[in-house]
Amino acid sequence: MNYSVDDNGFYGRFGGAYVPEMLYANVEELRQNYLTIMAEPDFQEEMQSLLRDYVGRPTPLYFAKRLSEKYNTNIYLKREDLNHTGAHKINNTIGQILLAKRLGKTRIIAETGAGQHGVATATVCALMNLECIVYMGEVDIERQAPNVARMKMLGATVVPATSGSRTLKDATNEAIRDWINNPGNTYYIIGSVVGPHPYPDMVARFQAVISEEIKAQLLEKTGSEDPDYIVACVGGGSNAAGAFYHYLDTPEVKLVAVEAAGLGIDSGESAATSVLGKEGIIHGSRTLLMQTEDGQVTEPYSISAGLDYPGVGPLHAHLHQSGRAIFESITDEEALQAVLELTRLEGIIPALETAHALAVISRLGAKPDEVVVLNLSGRGDKDLATYLDRFNFDDK
Amino acid sequence: MINRIQQLFAQKPQGLLSVYFTAGFPNLEDTVPIILELEKNGVDLIEIGMPFSDPLADGPTIQQSSEVAIRNGMTIPTLFAQLQDIRQHTQIPLVLMGYLNPVMQYGVERFLQKASELGIDGLILPDLPLSDYVREYKEVFERYKLSNIFLITPQTPEQRIREIDTHTNGFIYMVSSASVTGSTTGQSVVNTTYFERVKEMGLRNPGVIGFGIHNQETFEQACHHASGAIIGSAFIKAIAKEESLSENISTFIQSIRHKETA
Ligand SMILES: Cc1ncc(COP(=O)(O)O)c(C=O)c1O
Repeated sequence: MNYSVDDNGFYGRFGGAYVPEMLYANVEELRQNYLTIMAEPDFQEEMQSLLRDYVGRPTPLYFAKRLSEKYNTNIYLKREDLNHTGAHKINNTIGQILLAKRLGKTRIIAETGAGQHGVATATVCALMNLECIVYMGEVDIERQAPNVARMKMLGATVVPATSGSRTLKDATNEAIRDWINNPGNTYYIIGSVVGPHPYPDMVARFQAVISEEIKAQLLEKTGSEDPDYIVACVGGGSNAAGAFYHYLDTPEVKLVAVEAAGLGIDSGESAATSVLGKEGIIHGSRTLLMQTEDGQVTEPYSISAGLDYPGVGPLHAHLHQSGRAIFESITDEEALQAVLELTRLEGIIPALETAHALAVISRLGAKPDEVVVLNLSGRGDKDLATYLDRFNFDDK
Repeated sequence: MINRIQQLFAQKPQGLLSVYFTAGFPNLEDTVPIILELEKNGVDLIEIGMPFSDPLADGPTIQQSSEVAIRNGMTIPTLFAQLQDIRQHTQIPLVLMGYLNPVMQYGVERFLQKASELGIDGLILPDLPLSDYVREYKEVFERYKLSNIFLITPQTPEQRIREIDTHTNGFIYMVSSASVTGSTTGQSVVNTTYFERVKEMGLRNPGVIGFGIHNQETFEQACHHASGAIIGSAFIKAIAKEESLSENISTFIQSIRHKETA
């Protein structure tokens, strides 16, 4: 089985570039240049030094002793929450901003759900002195207020997306429309492994640093590069793609992708695309998509803004269809319990997105001598208002 | 292959007015009345929009008409049912326009067969890639005598325009400027260099200019550089007004073309 993208931008039957002609030139320019630019020594040098000195990589691989004791196995947390800006998203924005500069672009646009990608984009734009416009659904602006404040502080313009479900899908639509209206000077930094080819492949390559580091760190700590399980949450799927990347061709390593079930798979309020979706086209890519019988995109729901998306990246659609990855889904309630559990056992407050991955540990059936690596994609500062509201600490 | 689109351009190579509307807007049952009124008012070609929840290439007007149409219950099967007897009432060239996903769910081949049975002449599916069309669907389109209309923009390279020209046989939809639909600000539609560059290429297919055409002035400018022009968002705004559908349509079309109809 081959899990890398083919020459036409497909993973098996998924992927491609289903874009209107107005986007063709933009996407084509990127497709023709991304691999060449990424291979240039001075690009690599600049990216590596920023990842090290600015982002704070490598991030630790931490043996979570109390969590491991509770589940009677060996759990390692890949601490992407310790990156500058608090999530894995900046691995990708560093890479793409360097690419944008080399393509001579002067105006940067992005979509964001949880606001982590928006913050990571606003951050690198401040660093590189480039104009930054971030599209964000009205609902998400409300529920991720701290990140909206950070983006503004960093000098970005935050534009509310007011159509549809007013979440990540709609923010992405608006960013794409902006790109249509501003070809030439504008570069679109997509925040996950979604969108038309070459974005899914490019973003996966920038996030692949996660599994590259896991291999070396695990070897040092356990004597083997390969864990038994790698667990990651999936919105569009970029942190999962990064954590899986260098293990895709090692079938002994079980890959576990965790989606948001929202109020429950059958509740009508869910974002579990692998269960509820069928093949379709969203944001320029052929992938699994939650939709009606008539092919209208369904408005998803999750408590977690970063997972509240009706599609998944085409790589994940392929991993699901081929059986290479196991897909699980976790409800809002289960995710919230996992937040509190990690906070009280390890003193780490995770993001709501990440909590979905954590909540799956109890279902894995990992044995006492097995090793689980969980990608701790982000920290929970942005979600404190939700946590305070849901946990009622004052009453306890 | 000769369909009504090809006949039209053979008979009337200049000053064509094509109108786009979203099926199911303002009301679910307006599709056929709009088509018949447009024909009565001398429009040459009609693009029937199939609404999609996430219309990436459209501005606010068509986003909203699509949302209303979907809420009104418009679907592909409903549209096909409305068009069941359309060829008993009019011979105006009809083109269906929409995004690929709903068509894919209906089944592309089944869709083409049904459209052809109803007397549809062509399709515009802006997010169907040229390469997919050539590889998987071109033969089916030709079998059903359907023209597949492609878009080009000021950014489309000459070589790609030529490639599109060899694979299509109706007209080429020239997007006036870099923009989503319905934009009337920014650079004017008179993107002369681009229009003239395309004209000088001597393509097999006639060109029709669309996006941002919204009044007599912009219509005439566009007609000066191509075989005709397409009006979408401005027409949708016009039929959203309070007066009757037929009044709104005749007022609007006359405002675009009052010299010619006189
Ligand atoms: C902390 C965190 N994890 C995960 C995600 C989901 O994105 P992806 O699936 O691309 O990793 C987000 C998105 O905002 C996030 O902020």
